Amino acid sequence: MIKDQVVIAGIGQTAFGKNLPDTELSLACQAISLALDDAGIEPKEVDGLASSVMELNREVDVARNIGLGEITFFSQISYGGGAACGTLLHAAMAVATGQARVAVAWRARKRSAKTSRPWAQMPERISNHWQWSRPFGLLRPVDEVAMLTRRYMHEYGANRDHLANVALAFRKHANRNPAATMYEKSLTREEYMGARWISEPLCLFDNCLETDGALAVVLVSAERARDLPNPPVFVHAGAQGLPPQHQTMTNYFNDNPLNGPSWTAARQLWRDADFGPNDLDVAQIYDAFSPLIPLSLEGYGICERGEGAEFTNNGALEWPNGRLPTNTSGGSMSEAYVHGFNLILEGVRQLRGTSNSQVEDAETCLVTSGEGVPTSALLLRR
Amino acid sequence: MSLLLPDLESEDGAEFWAGTSRGELLIQTCVSCDTPRFPPRPMCPQCQSLDFSWRQASGKGKIWSFVVVHAPVLPAYQDLVPYSVIVVELDESPNLRMVGNLLTRGDGPINEIDPNTIVIGESVEVVFKKVEDVALPCWMRSKK
Repeated sequence: MIKDQVVIAGIGQTAFGKNLPDTELSLACQAISLALDDAGIEPKEVDGLASSVMELNREVDVARNIGLGEITFFSQISYGGGAACGTLLHAAMAVATGQARVAVAWRARKRSAKTSRPWAQMPERISNHWQWSRPFGLLRPVDEVAMLTRRYMHEYGANRDHLANVALAFRKHANRNPAATMYEKSLTREEYMGARWISEPLCLFDNCLETDGALAVVLVSAERARDLPNPPVFVHAGAQGLPPQHQTMTNYFNDNPLNGPSWTAARQLWRDADFGPNDLDVAQIYDAFSPLIPLSLEGYGICERGEGAEFTNNGALEWPNGRLPTNTSGGSMSEAYVHGFNLILEGVRQLRGTSNSQVEDAETCLVTSGEGVPTSALLLRR
Repeated sequence: MSLLLPDLESEDGAEFWAGTSRGELLIQTCVSCDTPRFPPRPMCPQCQSLDFSWRQASGKGKIWSFVVVHAPVLPAYQDLVPYSVIVVELDESPNLRMVGNLLTRGDGPINEIDPNTIVIGESVEVVFKKVEDVALPCWMRSKK
């Protein structure tokens, strides 16, 4: 069990934006370097690396630029938006088992260029699993999630007002976060309801941003963290989740497509935790699309099956008075979309007491990666 | 750029697409335990048998969900938006679902149905729409 053995000792991030001039490699190196500075650790001490399979910066290049030492552990996690928490889990396991002493997990991406979008790069003849959906014009991630959303609305009575609750809450948080892409742009319910469709029932504001940027974290043993400058943020639990008969994104072909990977990750996550879903002070939940919030609230046991939409009413997700302030930096929908890695850093800030929307005395935080793909999640505590 | 079409020679899909070109909706079925499965794959997840046959489905089902796709999409689809895409649950088993399009006629475009008239649960029947050398399984409303 990795419980509380490993600490997030440093965090670093670049600016977020569109068409940033720096290369993806430069952004990765800047974020990692900032995280090491924050941790008070020299680059040559780093001996573990974990990243996303979709990360274009290879370990060799990152290590040669930053001047890392002898790397004895390096791993990559699959499935796009499902990977971010998994990189920390693998890094934490490496530190807990002694395969590494200082591990770095990171994500760097130049996403704002249209050509960088994976769905825009399909070959003309499809031989993998996309042959069962794309020939019918189900082309983009938003289309694939909209299909599940319509069914969710049909089964449980969710509606667009619930999705607007999500979009508006995260925008309010971004309006308090100078680093957020949408820091200066407010959003009203009227604007949400009047927005153009992207894939009905989802409109423009149900979608995440397209962002250039990079983020990194540094993990060390709890013992080592005692000598470091930052208050420790413990990795209390971590899990990956790939349910039976799951298909990534087009999960339409099993008993209950609405029971996504979060349900599997949740069972492992809570198994050995010292606290439960009702004890969470704050949450950072993967939000590439607004309906992933009610689905994840249910999957992680924060509410019952079918109650996730209703949960979002009465400002439940909003700082400071909501039942569970969620995505307090603005999340993927209003801060930045870097495959959900920014959610991890906001979780750390909440437990350090340094968020722009600080939940008073926050002690526990759930951070999740993408619902709808094989996923991962973390419980952090201070 | 053209429409996205399946590779008719793919390892898992070739038999299925050969079937649609003959006007047959074929469901891969385990020879050992008789469990049908879709999408096709080499091994039966129930009994791990590698032996399978292809059984023709009734071609009847119900709409499980649908979306209405709006811009921006790939250039080949740009002139078709808004168009609907449906998921159909086959009458043979609630676990057998297929992505498809709802058409008003077998050779009709995917944007001819008024999306506001689509209802989850309504009955549909398969039709095979020719696009280049592919026969795509699409759906029409069942005659009452």
